[in-house]
Amino acid sequence: MTDRAFAVVRAGALTSVQDRGRSGHAHLGVPRSGALDRPASGLANRLVGNPPDAAVLETTLNGCAVRPRCAATVAVTGAPCAVTVDGRPAAWGAPVRVAAGAVLELGPAVRGVRSYLAFAGGVAAEPVLGSRSTDLLSGLGPAPLTDGAVLPLGGVTGLPVYADALPLQGPPGELVLRMGPGPRADWFTGRALHTLATATYRVSSASNRIGLRTEGPALERAVHAELPSEGMVLGAVQVPPDGRPVVFLADHPTTGGYPVIGVVREPDLAAAAQAAPGTPVRFVPAGRR
Amino acid sequence: MRALPVGDRALLIELGSGEEAEALHAELLRHRAAGSLPAVREIVPAARTVLLDGLDDPEAFAERLAGWEIPPLTPGVRDAIEIPVRYDGPDLAEVAALWGVPRDEVGRIHSAAEFRVAFCGFAPGFGYLTGLAERYAVPRRATPRTAVPAGAVALAGPYTGVYPRSSPGGWRLIGSTDAVLWDHERVPAALLAPGARVRFVPVVAEAL
Repeated sequence: MTDRAFAVVRAGALTSVQDRGRSGHAHLGVPRSGALDRPASGLANRLVGNPPDAAVLETTLNGCAVRPRCAATVAVTGAPCAVTVDGRPAAWGAPVRVAAGAVLELGPAVRGVRSYLAFAGGVAAEPVLGSRSTDLLSGLGPAPLTDGAVLPLGGVTGLPVYADALPLQGPPGELVLRMGPGPRADWFTGRALHTLATATYRVSSASNRIGLRTEGPALERAVHAELPSEGMVLGAVQVPPDGRPVVFLADHPTTGGYPVIGVVREPDLAAAAQAAPGTPVRFVPAGRR
Repeated sequence: MRALPVGDRALLIELGSGEEAEALHAELLRHRAAGSLPAVREIVPAARTVLLDGLDDPEAFAERLAGWEIPPLTPGVRDAIEIPVRYDGPDLAEVAALWGVPRDEVGRIHSAAEFRVAFCGFAPGFGYLTGLAERYAVPRRATPRTAVPAGAVALAGPYTGVYPRSSPGGWRLIGSTDAVLWDHERVPAALLAPGARVRFVPVVAEAL
């Protein structure tokens, strides 16, 4: 039990390998992918002494448990959760030393949705187009974790960082998404634009890594024509025929045929990744920066 | 040509037709190769638009773009990619009926056309191919199939496509190919990239 790898004891609802994603391939239909809460995954990497592009685990709602086969330094960030090593409490948001063969468990998220687990050396899954990220939409990268799976770890390159203060944003009680101009805002009625800017939506439980779906008043179209497929960006607020806005997250399709009414600013998407179903959402038109 | 803002870092350039969009895409690639395009993360051509994502100053680029002369598409100098296809799809009879031709004619008409990859999307390696005459456009199936096999050659609207892997899909299936549309261990991973020319070459399924 000394090889650089870890076994999955409990995969959790959805735990995937994520790094900063793969860009430059959208024209081939390849989504960007990558950690949804980038500041949290970046912090986890910093705490264990990894470069920012090292691959981490991203959990969803109910954590996961792993058994490293070698002694490993780990750190957990993102959604706050109980962290234990062989059942004993360990620190969240700080480097933790786990002995070879011990079980490291991340409990359910106390608040927020996604926790990040970094190992010193990073998860060394096979890169695809320069990234180790799992892409749920197109099935690129390593498969989501399953119980009993074994994943390799990379060589340790840096020293853990013990920080006195963590630059962490807590999961939002209310999600406020600042929104830049959308290319098809004129496909909606003035009333729809007013509704989007003033109404409170709620995060739908149908949200996933592809999009943050919302529940709330339907947005009325002014143009009813079919939109020929066009390129889509991260943060695009796409409005399908049911009129409920969907915010495109990292695994979004690279082209789509529903009009985009606005585009959420990238720094606000980390909070979107942590907004649990039912969280109130407000869209705030922010104009050009 | 109209430049629409997409958030703070992107522009959607809308053109009058698919050919104009392809011509602008080709021109953007020429400028990028020549080093005269500002840094950009993604250039995504689509049906009638080209998206530029990751621009530092989209407004300034939109102004520059307005002064560009876009040369029309020239016939490709590169050889066409040949995709062997068995015209044995389950929707062949339906497509023949929609086209008003005998069933055997579908493959002949389809393989006689010269296609071009207008854009990609839906799945890695899935190209939207244009080239069939307008009268051969077909509607999508009312109920999409839950699983279309990898290699299915299909039609929808004015487009032809080949499914890179098994997935749900609502296109009309007219044939199948063993060509590998996407292999991330291959360089390039995608057989079809925007702008590529494509021909379908009929093959007869081996008699057993």
